[in-house]
Amino acid sequence: MTILERPAAVQPVRRRRHRSPVTWARRGGISNIVFLLPLLVIFGLFSWFPIVRALVMSLQQTNLVSPAHWVGLDNFSTVFNDPELPTALRNTGYFALLALVFGYPLPLILAVLMSEVRRWRGVFTALAYIPVVVPPVVSVLLWKFFYDASSTGVFNTVAGWVGLGPYPWLQSASSAMPSLVLEATWAAAGGTVIIYLAALTGVAPELYDAAEVDGASIWGKIWHVTMPQLRGVMLITLILQLIGTAQVFVEPYLFTGGGPNNATLTLLLMIYNYAFGSSLSGDFGAATALSVLLAVGLGLFSALYFRLTRSWSTS
Amino acid sequence: VTRIRKSATLVLAGASCLSLVAACGSSSGSSATSTSSAPTTSSAPATSAAAATSAATSAPAPAASASGSAPSVAPSSAAALAPASITVAIDSGLQPDAKKAIDTQITQFEAKYPTIKAKTVEYTWTGTTFAAKLAGGTLPTVFTVPFTDGRGLIARKQVADVSAEIAKLPYGAKFNPSVAVEGEDASGKLEAVPISAYGQALHYNRDLFTKAGLDPNKPPTTWDELRADAKAISDKTGMAGYAVMTQSNTGGWILTTEAYAMGGRMETMNGTKATAAVNNPQTKQVLKLLHDMRWTDKSMGSNFIYDWNGINQAFAAGKIGMYITGGGTYTNLVTQNKIDPKTYGEGVIPLSGTNSGALGGGTVAMVSVKASAAQQAAAVKWIDFYYMAKLTTQAGAALDAKTNADNKQPVGAPQLPVFDKATYDEQQGWIKQWVNVPLAQMKPYTDAAAAQPLIPEPGVATQDLYAALDPVVQAVLTNKNANVDSLLSAANQKAQTAIGKAS
Repeated sequence: MTILERPAAVQPVRRRRHRSPVTWARRGGISNIVFLLPLLVIFGLFSWFPIVRALVMSLQQTNLVSPAHWVGLDNFSTVFNDPELPTALRNTGYFALLALVFGYPLPLILAVLMSEVRRWRGVFTALAYIPVVVPPVVSVLLWKFFYDASSTGVFNTVAGWVGLGPYPWLQSASSAMPSLVLEATWAAAGGTVIIYLAALTGVAPELYDAAEVDGASIWGKIWHVTMPQLRGVMLITLILQLIGTAQVFVEPYLFTGGGPNNATLTLLLMIYNYAFGSSLSGDFGAATALSVLLAVGLGLFSALYFRLTRSWSTS
Repeated sequence: VTRIRKSATLVLAGASCLSLVAACGSSSGSSATSTSSAPTTSSAPATSAAAATSAATSAPAPAASASGSAPSVAPSSAAALAPASITVAIDSGLQPDAKKAIDTQITQFEAKYPTIKAKTVEYTWTGTTFAAKLAGGTLPTVFTVPFTDGRGLIARKQVADVSAEIAKLPYGAKFNPSVAVEGEDASGKLEAVPISAYGQALHYNRDLFTKAGLDPNKPPTTWDELRADAKAISDKTGMAGYAVMTQSNTGGWILTTEAYAMGGRMETMNGTKATAAVNNPQTKQVLKLLHDMRWTDKSMGSNFIYDWNGINQAFAAGKIGMYITGGGTYTNLVTQNKIDPKTYGEGVIPLSGTNSGALGGGTVAMVSVKASAAQQAAAVKWIDFYYMAKLTTQAGAALDAKTNADNKQPVGAPQLPVFDKATYDEQQGWIKQWVNVPLAQMKPYTDAAAAQPLIPEPGVATQDLYAALDPVVQAVLTNKNANVDSLLSAANQKAQTAIGKAS
């Protein structure tokens, strides 16, 4: 995957050589800086400044109007002592798990099926991708309508045709989270399908021919050729999905506001609630403290993930 | 060059790593940066005198009954007003006719003050979105907040101090003292304008009452009757007999209303020191009633995630038999939810037990802290024109009523007086000929509301207390075996923490 990396052995051994600023400038150092400048400014302003600002704010008490003052690690202890933190952690983990079990294999299956189809492939791809194009707020409002818990709701009517339901969907603590995962999977699958489809085109047809000669069935071809060839991409989509689901916000915020009885309160919703949930006394310190904790947690998780999966990755 | 290239690669790699942190930090970080963004630009409107005059003449003139006072649309002695462009809040999701009425009023306003340009912005205060708009700097120049938050925003200096402009208004000192206090700072200076006051009421669907075999002119007056009526509606029509709000602090708001109606209080005051008391017998009584209606009678329908907008929508669509909200909500039910007026009925909240009463609150209009001096002056002119003139002057009342009536908008929904009762009655007389709301259907409310004691909302950290109660109501309605005692004690602790922070 990382084509920039070269095995250490073939790296030429280089000695540090002192260069004067004049030489550096003459060799195009200034033009390099000039080319880099827009990038540095944009990243500095829109990425690094907010990051540093968030780190600083996590150590302060501030409402963005009165002057901020330093409170050390108080915000972190507020977060750790919040009785809702375990709930939010559990809910976020539950969402990630459900999304992994139901949402992760789905795009892969769809992509493999689509790659097998000869006709109408464009139509299927477009159909799979349409949910990604629909603005999240629109799709959530649409699904909220589908999830109407009365027996005349869209899904309950459909379930009623086969003698099932009515189900409470979002209106019960036990079914609310799976309902969110269902919508989130529908909304996000298309993007991943496109990635897999692109990766599938890179699989050499000779491999399939060889497998066929060896008498492999369709299933055998998928298991022994397609899957190993997609391994690298699958590892990336997995970590992207895990990071994405750990930061789920739109669905719980718009569908349930974290309810019923905090059953869909996620970490990001908790961050939002710290900062903006209270109409008067936004606790930006606690909000940024939890953001920092989440970022550090995800960073560590990603590092661990790449270390553990190094031997499986294709690069 | 290699080294530079290498460092560029490092920069890129670092950037992509850190963008992870940015994803989490950006919500707070971006709000931090955006608060410092430039305020709404004020530009000099190029309204010529001719244009202003033609606008004035084309605007509907007040009716003959308003004779004796100058028509409000004539360009006033506003020549001294500095030019300013302001944005003003209107309810979100207005029906086309309601929008037309507002546009007419904007035209009238700009004709009266030719140096001011006003632009409408959709805005509805909700407990869980206001702070984001405030921090993000996206509030309109003039916006409204409930009584619960007025004093807090003023104390934190998060709104413009327009007390000098307000003092110039002829009625600045005439407010009902219990109402005025909601817009005052600690020293008693009026920095925001209380524009309306409400008492909670029971709203019901006459159509569902009839279908359930109930008398649509006799809404329930006790909690037992309410429960029985809800069951009848649910059994006969399949709709929710009774529903409550549960989301964005409204669950706590309505639970507090119901507890007040049974004589409970959510905070106890010792001097200025407040203590959370949500864990009281009356709250438990309410929750038991809700539990039994939900799980035994099955009369509360199937939707339990409602905020103010959502429940109004469901009620207007005929899915709810009865619910509780502010007494003047009929206006919103028409302008935002297009309710069929024939189905609407309004009664008082059933009261039981000693110290019971109807929860009362209201709305104050405020000016954005980012407004320039000229914008602040213009903003107060808009507050005077749009919210207050209809309450204080015959010409203003007539113009507002006529404009709304002409655009098929409701005129005359019951409110509580923000001044004294005499002024309110006088104002009702001014608009009499345009009143188009079904007053007869509101009779059960208007006849009995004055006799009900009005109890103000909890005094400290009100919205946080409400927020702490949302999950309690949600749990009772979605979990048959919800443990009310432990839920309430957790909510009490949360409310107490918020009170501790606020005081």
